[in-house]
Amino acid sequence: MATAGKLMDVSVWRADGKREGFDAFQVPRQESQTILDVVTWIQQNADPSLAYRFSCRVGMCGSCAMMVNGQPRWTCRTHVQKVLKDNQLKIAPLRNLPVIRDLVTDMTEFFDKWVAAEGVFHGTKTRDEPMAPINHESPERIEASAAIECINCAVCYAACDVVANNPDYLGPAALNRAWALVNDVRDGADSARLDAVSGSGGCHNCHSMGNCMQFCPNELNPTASIAGLKRATVKAFFGRGG
Amino acid sequence: MLDLKLYILQRATALAMAPFMVAHLAVMIYAVQGGLSASEILGRTQGSVGWALFYGLFVLAASIHGSIGVRVIASEWLGLKRGPAGIVMATVFLVLLTMGARAVWAVTMG
Repeated sequence: MATAGKLMDVSVWRADGKREGFDAFQVPRQESQTILDVVTWIQQNADPSLAYRFSCRVGMCGSCAMMVNGQPRWTCRTHVQKVLKDNQLKIAPLRNLPVIRDLVTDMTEFFDKWVAAEGVFHGTKTRDEPMAPINHESPERIEASAAIECINCAVCYAACDVVANNPDYLGPAALNRAWALVNDVRDGADSARLDAVSGSGGCHNCHSMGNCMQFCPNELNPTASIAGLKRATVKAFFGRGG
Repeated sequence: MLDLKLYILQRATALAMAPFMVAHLAVMIYAVQGGLSASEILGRTQGSVGWALFYGLFVLAASIHGSIGVRVIASEWLGLKRGPAGIVMATVFLVLLTMGARAVWAVTMG
């Protein structure tokens, strides 16, 4: 392997409440190396005090997202080879979220906004009733299925310029979740949900720039979900007689 | 910052402005063929209720549409809160409406 044994220059954001800034490290390249491998190498071989967050390492849990060379990425599935620029990597905590320490962000507001967008499932049946039949070919289910594969990694939230400029904005992930539930025939809270996404931080703030769609590691399209919410809220508004 | 009602108002005025804009450009290009003087224009527009209504509604739609947009820009780029951004919106709306209405009045009814 041509890259094995070579060193790359990695700067990593450090913040511990007293000092903040980038620390420089030299990390050996390896075959099929991911950004998470690089961060782990630094913590295990260069600086054990480096704080970062990860769990599954296989792109399922959504814990390890960070800014890599200025762009939000799921680090466990991002190969160094794909993002290395001039033999350099710049690794920082996710944008648009407060930093707890080093590469670890506080995701409280991100998840609070899921709840604020009525991202909770409101079932209409009891456990004693038969299961709801779902037609997987129906237009609603196709929309719901497209939106449902979100892993809550907050990459879209970090990529979104509207979030950056309007802290009240619910953000692409929460609104995408709301759209999945609006299209879920088993859910009975559409009216409350459409109200929840129609406030001053709601779906109408989206400028359709498409950063969320561009960076979503699971190739979801929150921009389209938000456009769907805009249509649904306007329809509901006129349906109710204004 | 943009809630449902302002969103609908901004989209509805955009919808209204599309035909106004097309008619405005088309008439301008058509009328200017072979040269056109101010007195010729005024000769056609003075006393015309049709032109007064056309440009009156155009001005109203543009004032609403533009001021809502400026409110969002003021909020996202200047960090203005709801109250101050609302004042900016109202000011822009009144300035655009006054200037536009004055012009419409001058070329049609003045």
